[in-house]
Amino acid sequence: MCLGIPGKVVETYREDDILMGEVNFGGVSKRVCLEHVPEARPDDYVLVHVGFALSRIDETEAGRVFAFLDEMNQLDELEEPPP
Amino acid sequence: MKFLDEYRDREAAETLAAAIARTVTRPWTIMEVCGGQTHTIVKYGIDRILPGTLELVHGPGCPVCVTSLEMIDRAHAIASRPDVIFCSFGDMLRVPGTRGDLLELKSRGADVRVVYSPLDAVTLAAAHPDRQVVFFAIGFETTSPPNAMAVWLAKKRKLSNFSVLVSHVLVPPMLTALLEAPDNRVQGFLGPGHVCAVMGTAEYEPIARKYRVPIVVSGFEPLDLLQGVLHTVRQLESGRGEVENPYARAVRAEGNLASRRLVDDVFAICDRKWRGIGSIPASGLGLRPEYADFNAEMRFEIGGIETHESSLCISGQVLKGLKKPHHCPAFGKECTPGTPLGATMVSSEGACAAYHAYGRHLNVVELQPA
Repeated sequence: MCLGIPGKVVETYREDDILMGEVNFGGVSKRVCLEHVPEARPDDYVLVHVGFALSRIDETEAGRVFAFLDEMNQLDELEEPPP
Repeated sequence: MKFLDEYRDREAAETLAAAIARTVTRPWTIMEVCGGQTHTIVKYGIDRILPGTLELVHGPGCPVCVTSLEMIDRAHAIASRPDVIFCSFGDMLRVPGTRGDLLELKSRGADVRVVYSPLDAVTLAAAHPDRQVVFFAIGFETTSPPNAMAVWLAKKRKLSNFSVLVSHVLVPPMLTALLEAPDNRVQGFLGPGHVCAVMGTAEYEPIARKYRVPIVVSGFEPLDLLQGVLHTVRQLESGRGEVENPYARAVRAEGNLASRRLVDDVFAICDRKWRGIGSIPASGLGLRPEYADFNAEMRFEIGGIETHESSLCISGQVLKGLKKPHHCPAFGKECTPGTPLGATMVSSEGACAAYHAYGRHLNVVELQPA
C-alpha cells in the first residue's frame, strides 16, 4: 500500500489555502492535494499516494507504471468504497 | 523461464538475469523491503530464475501487516463508540483483532467508513460537527505526508471533532533492528522506492557504512527488481556496502523536502511495536505535543487491551527473513487469507498472502530446499 499511482492533472485550485487539483487515473477522477508539487500544471503527470501527490513524473513513466499496477491488481484504492 | 512469458519486457529481463548469474560466485541472501516488491517477485517468479545460491527473503514492508494487534483492538474499541465515525484505508478493515475485524463491526451497525485519502476524513469531520471523526493513520514514510497534512489541515480549520489513531512505522530503524539481531541472515537490501521518493536516501548511508551492507533503492516492476539485485550482488561480490540508487527516475537523493518538513512539524519519532517482531526503539512516528488535541488515544480512553497471537504462526521469522511462508505448518491449512493467523497473511502485500495468492501453497513439496 506504499505505492504511488500515476495520474494526469486536469485542473488545479486552492482550497483552505492549499493547492488541490482534480487528477485523472485512467478514467477515474479524484480530488488530490498538490501542495507538495507546486509546479504541477494541468496535463502534467503526478505520482499520487492516498490522495496526495508525492512527485511529478514524465508521461512515459506514468503510462508504464499505471499499466503495471493495473496488471498487478494494485489499483484498488481508486475504487469507490461501498456505501 | 516460464514466468517471463507473461512479462512484456522478457528479453531485457533475461539479459539482467544472465548478468546476475555471471556475477554471483558465492551464496548471498538479499531482502526486498517493500510489500509491493514481494508481490511482484512472487507473481513473476523472479526468485526462481535467480541462481540457486542467491536467496531473496521478504521483509516487513507491509504497513497493514505490521500494525500491532493492540492497535487493531484499540481501533475496534474506538470504532464501537456510537458517537464515532471511524475512517480507514480499505486494507485495514479485514485485519482480525481479538474481537473481530472492523468490517464485522460495520455490519453490526458501527459507522466505519473506507476513505480514499486522510483528507477525505477531514472533510467528513467538517460536514459532521456533531460526530467524532477518527482516522486510522497507519503506514510507512510514504503515507506520513498525507496523514500529516490531514492533521495540519484539521488544526488550521479548528476542527475539534477530528482525531487520528497513529501507528506509523519507519524503515531505517527496522533495517537496523534486523541487522543487529544475532540470527540475522540478510546481507543486502533492495530499498523501498516510494518511501525514498519522500524521504530521500541520506538516512540509509550510515546503515550501509556501519554494517557494510549494500542498500540499493529499487522500484517494484520486474526489471527494477532485477536491476536492484544485480547492483546488490556486484557490491557483495566486491566487498562493498553502499547506498545506490538505480531508481533515479522516481527517487531524488533529497526526497520531497516540503513533505519531509511537514512530517517533521506534525510528527515526532517514538518507539513502536511491530506485529510479529515486537517493539523497536525509535521506529515509529507519533503526534508532537502541539498536535496532542488530535490524538485519538488521548481523546478516547481505551483501557484493558490484552492480546494474544497464534502459537502456530511463524510470521515473526518470515518478517525477519529467517523462514519462508511454506516453512510454516499452518500455511494454506489453518492459515489462509480468509482466516489469517498472523502478520504476513493479513494483507495481500504480506509474504504469506502473496505466496498463497500465486498458488505456492499447492506445490509445497517442490519448494522445500533440496
